[in-house]
Amino acid sequence: MTAITGSAPTRREREFNISWTDIGPFLALAALLVVGFMINQDFLSATNLANVITRSAFIAIIAVGATFVISSGGLDLSVGSMAAFITGITIMFMNAVAPHAGIWAIPAGMAVAIVVGMACGLANGLIVTVGRIEPFIATLGTMGIFRALITYLTDGGTIPIDRSLREAYRPVYFGTVAGIPIPILISVAVAAVASFILYKMKYGRKCAAVGANEDVARYSGISVIKTRTIAYIVQGVCVAIAAICYVPRLGAATPTTGQLWELQVITAVVIGGTALRGGKGHVWGTVAGAVILELIANLMVLSDFVSEYLVAAVQGVIIIIAMLIQRFSNSK
Amino acid sequence: MFGTKWIAAAALGSLLLAGQVMAQDKKVVAVSIPAADHGWTAGVVYHAQQAAKEINAAFPGVEVVVKTSPSAAEQVSALEDLSASRKLDALVILPYSSEELTQPVKTIKGAGTFITVVDRGLTDASVQDLYLAGDNIAVGANTAKFMIDKLGGKGDLVVLRGIPTVIDDERIKGFQDTIKGTGLKVLDIQYAHWNSDEAFKLMQDYLAKYPHIDAVWANDDDMLLGVLEAVKQSGRTDIKLALGGNGMKDIVKKVIDGDAMTPIETPYPPAMIKTAIYMTVANLVGQAPVRGTVKLDAPLITQENAKEYYFPDSPF
Repeated sequence: MTAITGSAPTRREREFNISWTDIGPFLALAALLVVGFMINQDFLSATNLANVITRSAFIAIIAVGATFVISSGGLDLSVGSMAAFITGITIMFMNAVAPHAGIWAIPAGMAVAIVVGMACGLANGLIVTVGRIEPFIATLGTMGIFRALITYLTDGGTIPIDRSLREAYRPVYFGTVAGIPIPILISVAVAAVASFILYKMKYGRKCAAVGANEDVARYSGISVIKTRTIAYIVQGVCVAIAAICYVPRLGAATPTTGQLWELQVITAVVIGGTALRGGKGHVWGTVAGAVILELIANLMVLSDFVSEYLVAAVQGVIIIIAMLIQRFSNSK
Repeated sequence: MFGTKWIAAAALGSLLLAGQVMAQDKKVVAVSIPAADHGWTAGVVYHAQQAAKEINAAFPGVEVVVKTSPSAAEQVSALEDLSASRKLDALVILPYSSEELTQPVKTIKGAGTFITVVDRGLTDASVQDLYLAGDNIAVGANTAKFMIDKLGGKGDLVVLRGIPTVIDDERIKGFQDTIKGTGLKVLDIQYAHWNSDEAFKLMQDYLAKYPHIDAVWANDDDMLLGVLEAVKQSGRTDIKLALGGNGMKDIVKKVIDGDAMTPIETPYPPAMIKTAIYMTVANLVGQAPVRGTVKLDAPLITQENAKEYYFPDSPF
């Protein structure tokens, strides 16, 4: 992949030649759909696809945020624990406010979720930039902290949402608008806003510049600290949005909520065509990557050839093959 | 200057000594358990602390100390700390893993401590004076028996299993051995890692794959929560039974309320730690003979007896 530093001629060239990196994930997605249909006709049923894409919404939304962080040359391992932590705080806040505010506890709780998400992201960002600690280690630390906090808040058990709010909040995950599940609409909206920021705004170009070459970016007068910190805040907000969609699904936070999401998120970003070493981010590719991951898992259950013991191995092989195809088509 | 320091040190030292003497008057029962990292262990911690509170209040001559550890290595250190500072009269331990904990527990036994092992056995059974555990095979078998009765001996099932471990294997074995030869057919069985979210997804997939399902068995209640949500979303009416296992309070509440889809529950109660602590104390205080092996059965929790298994204040 080439490093884009915002010079006009290169950009125009890219707009005419759609690169493999841009459409690769979508080709993989299409191929997967065809294979899936051949294996089991139910795979393409509207209910199944709606279920699977709705399920992938959490990972997709968080991964859109991760596209910012990774494209700016960072990494965030704490997103899964952060999602659990925000879920816990949000439910506790809603439960506390519900007796006074009734249904209004839900939007208030959502606002709290966003604020907590921004704060968590800011903390990660400052540790990485101002503290100058490797993103891997810094966010491994906060990952442990968030996970411990949610375990502490739940006493190791669960925090269920107040029964009076349960039914009112349920549609945020289970509801539809014009037949499309709400979480899908939310993730499309998040991706649309993100791609506008990343491709049409000055910040997006700064982000890619910092990720492509930190020193060059600094000499060009870009504040690396500010750019990276903002990327982590965006990540925090995305995690909060995912948490908002997550709460109504099972209506509870537990110490196992969001476990290993960070790895799925990073995989989705990479399948989507964004390089782990930083540079240009591919927001829509990331979304496709998240859907691909969830489809593979779905296909494993719907097909009968894989023993339950080997499911994870086959998933791993499919991901690696998908990446190899991209790599070879890139080098052409 | 030196004078005051010495006096302070001497005072502190004598205080510490006095504390030691007072502690030695009491019989000390150390309880070493895993830290709460999911529902079941959270229940263990809750019941261990309840037992400690109750016993410390009831028997002035006994002091129960509860120590939780987040990993096997830290449990080994915790045992060293517990036994280094004072003589333990008894140790009640739910080991993180059998191999790593066997030797350290043996060392403590060498000092004359009564050893009670709960749930997971040690590799050397001669170390324990009392072993107390639930019956995972019965968890699977009793659930299966109920399903056979309720479904009239035939039907299509889907099963969600947990994390590949002995516990999971035994439950599945007990279940499969019991339905063998009946008209109950397992359409599908997959891992959902004792996690509600994974169980939700897996159940959605089962529902997409099989147009007709009579009953679901999730061998743990965390997973059952996810299953119930997926069934509710699908609006399907063919599913007659959705059963779990372990005795989570939310599910026991369903049984109390007479839920149609989840009318029973199979216990693998975290409260077994309480049984073990009480039995150990009975030996210390009342000379009640308790040496041996105790296997708690997994009797079905029904609407009639559910209150016995309902702990509304427990996190699990």
